[in-house]
Amino acid sequence: MKYGILMHEPNDDVGVAVTDLTAGAEVGAATLEGQPVATLVLREDIPLGHKVALRDLKAGQKVLEYGRPIGAATQDIARGAHVHVHNLKTLRWSK
Amino acid sequence: MTLPDIPLFAYRRPNGKVGIRNHVVILPVDDISNAAAEGVARLIRGTIALPHPYGRLQFGPDLDLTFRTLIGAGRNPNVAAVVVIGIEPNWTEKIVAGIAETGKPVAGFSIERAGDLKTIEAAARQAQAFVQYATELQRQPVSFAEMTFSTKCGESDTTSGLASNPTVGRAFERLEAAGATLIFGETTEVTGAEDKIAEQCATPEVRAEFLRVFQAYQDFVNSVDADLLGSQPTQGNIRGGLTTIEEKALGNVEKMGRCTVRSVLQPAEEPKGPGLHFMDSSSAAAEMVTLCLAAGSVAHFFTTGQGNVIGNPLLPVIKLSANPLTVATMSEHIDVDLTGLLRFEINLDQAADLALTMLARTINGRLTAAETLRHDEFVLTKLYRSA
Repeated sequence: MKYGILMHEPNDDVGVAVTDLTAGAEVGAATLEGQPVATLVLREDIPLGHKVALRDLKAGQKVLEYGRPIGAATQDIARGAHVHVHNLKTLRWSK
Repeated sequence: MTLPDIPLFAYRRPNGKVGIRNHVVILPVDDISNAAAEGVARLIRGTIALPHPYGRLQFGPDLDLTFRTLIGAGRNPNVAAVVVIGIEPNWTEKIVAGIAETGKPVAGFSIERAGDLKTIEAAARQAQAFVQYATELQRQPVSFAEMTFSTKCGESDTTSGLASNPTVGRAFERLEAAGATLIFGETTEVTGAEDKIAEQCATPEVRAEFLRVFQAYQDFVNSVDADLLGSQPTQGNIRGGLTTIEEKALGNVEKMGRCTVRSVLQPAEEPKGPGLHFMDSSSAAAEMVTLCLAAGSVAHFFTTGQGNVIGNPLLPVIKLSANPLTVATMSEHIDVDLTGLLRFEINLDQAADLALTMLARTINGRLTAAETLRHDEFVLTKLYRSA
């Protein structure tokens, strides 16, 4: 496969695995129109449909997908790591 | 390709509205009339009963919504004729009158002072005549501009937001340009992306109304001390890789493309003109699709990631998925395979071509996966408990 990670916007912090990806693999990321964005080495297995960090993210930092915040990192996240409920939290209803 | 170059043939009703199916409906007014309605449908070939659990001792806006939904289902252009059955004549006649405004054949029967069996006989004789009327109607040349279409997503995952929802968005942009009427909604599910919808509203008035219904739904959730984080995203969403409600919402609203929101509709309210309309609605699949039916939609684009199997008895639901696992393991449910997007084999414009071609084929009579599988979910939205 040409790319393993689909990006909504080229500047997003996260992309989505388009197939089950394996830790240690070097994978290309591209947009829906086929524009290449980056190549990165995965730190963890990323199941199909799950997110991977395209850059290092700090705890508390807003995380961008679709060019907009989808939540905040609850811990430091390294480029190539799996991003999901264990390290990303909604900015809504945080009462 | 902007729109598929396929001649369209469908049914033009007495009020000029265009439908793509030709159902004769046996419509119960209330839960206790289901048995009679289903009895008629078993007797007469070519009829379909719409059993449901409500219609007694409702009041206020909740009762209004039930009436609007039942009348709207009967008014929908996919319906040729309707037999209405209720326990008593008053509410039965109210529903008959609402449907009769369209000029289509409709008749009401009430059970009190007759009993189920005499009611079934009289209603079945009427249903037989309606079926014979409907089966002689011919499909005529029609255009996309004469029809209303709707969309919603279900069991979403990241492939919905990244691939199948943008496909519907691109298709909706072309349908908007062609003059079609379009509906989307899911009021709580757009939380986190409400700014984006507000930015696409046609006027400050539409924007204010959108933000009002959005806030009212939030207030309702808060008023019952609910934590939507417990149910949103759903467990199915999370399994598919969706993490937060914002992420789900931004993926969800991809379905509106760059269309302009012309008005904000009450649940089950018919749009008053072409273009895209936001309907204040639940995100529960069967409820939302039923509300779209009542608002006059004749075909529905339903995108799914993990594989929602929803259908509707009167509104053909076209299922689109870009998740290769779902398309492989649940192929009998999927009408449009968009996995090529994830393999970077097709781009978004080509994906929209696939969706619109399937819409044209569905208009012309191809049964959707959900129709063939008898997914006949007709589900009323209940606003609060009955008296």
